[in-house]
Amino acid sequence: MTEILVATGIPKLARGVRLRHDEARGQWVLLAPERVLNPDPVAVEILKKVDGTRSIDAIVDELASAFTVDRERVATDVDAFLAGLVEKGMIEIASPLIGDAAS
Amino acid sequence: MNVVADPHTHREAPVRPAPPAPYGMLAELTHRCPLQCPYCSNPVELDRRNVELDLDTWKRVFSEAARLGVLQVHLSGGEPTARRDLEDMIRHCVEVGIYTNLITAGVGVTPERLQAISDAGIDHVQLSFQGATAETTDKVSNFRGAHERKLAVAREVRRLGLPLTINSVVHRANIHQIPAFIDLALSLDAKRIEIAHSQYYGWALRNRGALMPTREQVFWALDVVEEARARLKGKLTIDAVVPDYYAKYPKPCMNGWGRQSLNVTPSGKVLPCHAAETIPSLDFWNVREHSLSEIWTDSPAFNAFRGTDWMPELCRSCERKEIDWGGCRCQAMAIAGDAAATDPACHKSPLHAHMLALAEADAEGSSEYDYRRYLTPDRPS
Repeated sequence: MTEILVATGIPKLARGVRLRHDEARGQWVLLAPERVLNPDPVAVEILKKVDGTRSIDAIVDELASAFTVDRERVATDVDAFLAGLVEKGMIEIASPLIGDAAS
Repeated sequence: MNVVADPHTHREAPVRPAPPAPYGMLAELTHRCPLQCPYCSNPVELDRRNVELDLDTWKRVFSEAARLGVLQVHLSGGEPTARRDLEDMIRHCVEVGIYTNLITAGVGVTPERLQAISDAGIDHVQLSFQGATAETTDKVSNFRGAHERKLAVAREVRRLGLPLTINSVVHRANIHQIPAFIDLALSLDAKRIEIAHSQYYGWALRNRGALMPTREQVFWALDVVEEARARLKGKLTIDAVVPDYYAKYPKPCMNGWGRQSLNVTPSGKVLPCHAAETIPSLDFWNVREHSLSEIWTDSPAFNAFRGTDWMPELCRSCERKEIDWGGCRCQAMAIAGDAAATDPACHKSPLHAHMLALAEADAEGSSEYDYRRYLTPDRPS
């Protein structure tokens, strides 16, 4: 069911999904159609880097160095988390351009 | 804060803790609508255009809502696109960080208008279908050609890349179409469908005899939805509003009175739910006179049935009191004649058998609709 994501893929929030800080309650929320989700602190750090320009690889690199944790471990966590949101339709993954054939 | 003088004893009443902030706000921008659905959730006495809040007031209300903690605003009506300043409202919500959800009937919404609404930053579109076929949609909405127009709007919404929800209200004339509604949602590339059984207040109460399904239909419908949910997991989200006339437990109406959401009417009254005006003893404060935060925290209507202290003994001693929140106050009003009574949908209510008998009698009723409309002729203004 849960697919393995390509590490060079570029994740972005789907239209209709927004991450914001909820000042009134002092927490981060992920807003979607008729849904308010409360991501945990690790999820928030991942989501903040999901901007439609960074690849999954880049996100893992940045998190591993920022929190000085084992890269393998971070990669597994990020992959599982993003795959769950892809399945819910809340995140879309764009394929990177292959080679230098962009014209 | 919130020290309220008690006029009977001249002592200070206990300090009421500030209620948790609301998550959602239903903004009924207008009661004008081209459709005439007989179960419309608007009140029987519809607001006319000349009493509608202006754009600046709505902007202030959205700003106050954001500060209060509202995360999502549901732009509804009537038909919200009847307001030509809808796009300005959406832009303002985006500016103050509110997630916007458009709840539309889709009739009369051109591709150009949808493009403008999308450009303004709408996050999600909910489109109603009164039937899964043209014949049913046109009959229930009393609008010829409505179905075809809705199909066109749904395709345009998806072409713009906006997430789409199909809203279907089900009752005796279309409950058998639930599987077809689900297929319709899939064919229109909607990711979500609401299957809401008609709730009997206002217009729907007037039309209960024409809308009420039989017990067999209701239980069949529950099974169909259950099966579809499992089958379509990850592909289509199915949210259901349950029928309660044949139920054992009441619905947790609004997840508790004044607990998570509020509703602003076209003329600015703030209600704990859209049917609350059917309770005649309540006094609703207006955004023209009070801030939203004052209304949420201090208005008598919001505090009337907040929490569990107002409950009759039957509810207060019940282990489900913070699951059901006493059910629905408007239904207690409609059936028991007392808004503070146990919801008759609950099997513990002394009126439970009476409510079931009403449903069974209505399910055999005439299928003639008393269509939603302005009841008194428009006065020149």
